[in-house]
Amino acid sequence: MTTDPKALPGADPHTGNREIDPVTGYDTTGHEWGGIKELNTPFPRIALIALGLTFAYAVVAWILLPAWPLGRDYTRGLLDLDQGEVAVAGYRELSGMREGWLSRFDAPDFAALEQDADLMAAAMPAAHRLFRDNCAVCHGMTGGGGPGFPVLSDGYWLWGGAPADIAETLSVGINSEHPDTRYGEMPAFDWLERADRTALAEYVAGLPGGGADPESPAGLLFEENCAACHGEGGEGGLLNGAPSLTDDSVIYGQDAATVEQTLRHGRMGVMPQWSDRLSAAEINLLALHVARLSSGAEEAAP
Amino acid sequence: MIATLTLRERRIGLGLSILLAVIGLGMAALARQGPMAIHGAMALVLGLGLVFLIGGALYDHPEQGRERLARYYDAPTRLGIIMALFWGVIGMGVGVWVAALMYWPEATPLWPATSFGRLRPVHTSGVIFGFGGNALIATSFYVLQRTSRARLADSVSPWFVLIGYNLFCLWAASGYLMGSTQSKEYAEPEWYADIWLVVVWLTYFALYIRTLARRAEPHIYVANWYYMAFILVVAMLHIVNNLALPVSWTEAESFPVWSGVQDAMIQWWYGHNAVAFLLTAGFLGMLYYFLPVRAQRPIWSYRLSILSFWGIVFFYMWAGSHHLHYTALPYWVQTLGMTFSVMLLVPSWASAGNALATLNGAWHKVRDDATLRFMFVAAVFYGLSTFEGSFMAIRPVNSLSHYTDWTVGHVHSGTLGWVAMIVFGAIYTLVPKLSGRDGMAWPQAVEWHFWLAVAGTLVYVVSLWNAGITQGLMWRAYDENGSLSYSFIESVEAMRPYYAARTLGGALFLAGLVICVLNCRATMRAAGSRADSADRPLAAHPAE
Repeated sequence: MTTDPKALPGADPHTGNREIDPVTGYDTTGHEWGGIKELNTPFPRIALIALGLTFAYAVVAWILLPAWPLGRDYTRGLLDLDQGEVAVAGYRELSGMREGWLSRFDAPDFAALEQDADLMAAAMPAAHRLFRDNCAVCHGMTGGGGPGFPVLSDGYWLWGGAPADIAETLSVGINSEHPDTRYGEMPAFDWLERADRTALAEYVAGLPGGGADPESPAGLLFEENCAACHGEGGEGGLLNGAPSLTDDSVIYGQDAATVEQTLRHGRMGVMPQWSDRLSAAEINLLALHVARLSSGAEEAAP
Repeated sequence: MIATLTLRERRIGLGLSILLAVIGLGMAALARQGPMAIHGAMALVLGLGLVFLIGGALYDHPEQGRERLARYYDAPTRLGIIMALFWGVIGMGVGVWVAALMYWPEATPLWPATSFGRLRPVHTSGVIFGFGGNALIATSFYVLQRTSRARLADSVSPWFVLIGYNLFCLWAASGYLMGSTQSKEYAEPEWYADIWLVVVWLTYFALYIRTLARRAEPHIYVANWYYMAFILVVAMLHIVNNLALPVSWTEAESFPVWSGVQDAMIQWWYGHNAVAFLLTAGFLGMLYYFLPVRAQRPIWSYRLSILSFWGIVFFYMWAGSHHLHYTALPYWVQTLGMTFSVMLLVPSWASAGNALATLNGAWHKVRDDATLRFMFVAAVFYGLSTFEGSFMAIRPVNSLSHYTDWTVGHVHSGTLGWVAMIVFGAIYTLVPKLSGRDGMAWPQAVEWHFWLAVAGTLVYVVSLWNAGITQGLMWRAYDENGSLSYSFIESVEAMRPYYAARTLGGALFLAGLVICVLNCRATMRAAGSRADSADRPLAAHPAE
C-alpha cells in the first residue's frame, strides 16, 4: 500500500488533496482514519502571535530571574534575586512595624502597660489572634474551656489570675518538660477501700451545695486525705494547683461518679511551656489578654 | 469473555490465572500478616475465581475460526467501561463523603479505616486511576483498532491488562483503608503494587505498539500519538517516582530512594505529569477520536494538532516545579517551572480551539445531542483550566493560591469539567455501538446527566474559587500594626458556606453519574443486532 497521498484514488495529482470541505472552504490532508478526516487549515495567525508572546515572557523572565543551571552554578538574572533574602527582608519589614509597640511588652510592667490606651488598641487585636492561633485549640475560641481544659474567662484560677502569674504559667507550663515547670498532681487514692472512695466522692460532690457534713465519717476521711491540698473546708486557693471544691470550678467535673474516677486514677493535666515557641513580649501580651478575658466574670462574681 | 477466545487462548488464560493464584498464595504465605498478606489473599481469590471461570467453560464454546480476525475485538472495551463506571461511583461517592466531612468533621466514625486521611486517597486514586485509567484503556483499545483499521494484536493481553490494572486499583484502595501508603500524593501504593503495575503497563505498551505496527492506514492518527504518549510517559513517571527500598521482602513498608528536596521535585515532576499525560494527553486522544466521529466533521486543523501535541509533550515535562514555589527548591528551578508553564498555554489552547473549530458546521448537533454537548463542554473546560493552570504557575499568583482551596477548585475544573465530561461523551458514543444499538436505552437520561454534571461542576468550581481566594487573602492580611489580621481558625470558619456548596456540587455530579451507570446497564442489557458493515479491519484480506 502506498503512503503517497498523491497516488491515492481521487486525489489531486499535484497537491494530493481529495476534497474541499464545504463548511470551512479548506481542503483535507488526503488521509482518512476509519471515517475521520483532517483539514489542511493553516496555522491561525493569532496562535503564532500568542506563542510568540508566551516565549517572550519566558525569555524576559530568564534574563531577569535565576533561571538556567550552569554546572554547579546557575544564571543569576539581572535582578539578582535570592528567595531567602527576599523572605527575610519581608519578615524584617513586618517585625519593624511591630517593633514600636511589641518591644514595650519585653518588660512585664503590666499596670503601666494597661494604662496606655494607644498601646492597648494596637496590641490587643494582635493578642486576640495569638490566643486563637495558640490557645484556642484547648481553651476554646473565647476561653470557655473544654473537657479537661480549664475555663479562662470565669475568674477562677488554680495558679493565680494576675497577669504576672499567667505569664509565668505560660512560660514554664504546668507539669511540662520545663525545668521550672509548675507542678501539680492529684494522686490516685486507689489504696482506699472502695466503699470509702464512694463515700468520699459523694461528700465532695455535696460540697458546693453545702450538703456535706464535716462530722460524718466521709468528712473525717476528707480531713485526713484531702484537706492538706484543697484546704480545711475544701475551699482551695493555696496556689498549689489544687482547685477549690466548694464552688463548682473543678475542671474535670464534680458529680459523684467523676470524682470517684478522679480518686481512683488521680489527675495530672499538662499545659505545655510556651517560652520556646513565643517571645517574652508575646507571652506578656498574651498574659494581659488572658487576664482581661475574665475581668467581666470577676465583676459578676459575688 | 471466554466465548471470544480460541481454545489455545483459553488455555493461556487458564495458565495465567493459575500463576496469579500462586503469586497471591506466595505473597500471603510470606507476609503472613498486614496489608501485603491481605493483598496476596485478594490475588489468590481473584486467580482462583478466574481459574474456575475459564476452566469451567474451557470446552463449552465452539472454537473461534479465522473469521474473527475480520472483526474488531471490543469485548475488553466493554469490560473496561464497566470497570470505569464501577470505580467512578466508588471514587466520586467517597469524594462527596469526604467533602461532607470537611463541612461536618464530627460525622467521622470512630473507626480508623473511615478517617479522612485514609478515605481521601481512595477518592483521588478511585477517580484518577479507577475511573480515568479504565476509561482510557477501554477507549484506547477501541480507537486504536478503528484508526489503524486493524484488530488488536492478540486476544489475551487486553484481558491481562484490564484485570491486572483493576487488581492494582483494588490493592491501592484497600491498602489505603488499612493505612498502607508510601505518602506520595497520587503514588501512594506500596512497592509490590508498583511492581505489579509495571508488568501490566509494559504489556499494555507492547500490545499498543504491536497493534499499531499492523495498521492498514499509512499514517498514525493524532489520537494514537496522544494515547502512546500517555502509555509511555506514565510508565516512565511511575517507575522513577516509585523507586524505593522495601523494609523487607515480606512487608508492605518501604523507603523511597530519593530524599529531601530532590524527593519533592521527583514527586511533583511525577504529580504534574500525571496530570499532563494521564489526565490530559490520554483524554485528548479520546477527544480527537470521539468528537469528530460524533460531530461527523473533519478535524479543523491538522497543523494545530501537531503544534499542540509536540508543545504539550515538550513543555509539560518542565512544569512540575511550579508545585514547589517558595520552598527549599532552588529559585532557578522555580523560574523554569513557571516559564515553561506559561509557554504551555498556547499548545493547550491549540487543542481546545481545534476541538471547538471542528464543531463548525455541526453546532445544530451540539444543540440537539447531549452526547456531543458533553464533548463541547469538555473542550471549553479544558481551555479554562489550562489557562488557570498557567496563570497559577506564575510565582506571585501562586503565593496567593498555594495551599488554598483554589488549587482544589482548579483540579476539579479539570477533572470534572474536562476529564469526566469527555469520558461521558465517549461512553455515550461507545456503549450503543458495543451493544449493537442506534442509541442509549434512555436518551432523555443523557440530557438529565448533562445538566446535572454541568451544574455540579459550576457549583463546585465557583465555590472553591471563592473559598481559595478568601483563604489566600485572609492568610496574608496584616493590620497597620504589623500583626496578622486573622487567626487561622477564622479562615477555617469562613469556609463553612463554600464547603457546604462544594459538597452539594459534588453530589449533583455524582447523581448524574448514577443516572449514567443505570442508563449504560439498561443499554447493555437491551443489546440489539445492528452491525456496521464498514466497521471492520482492512487487513483481513485472505489473499495477503
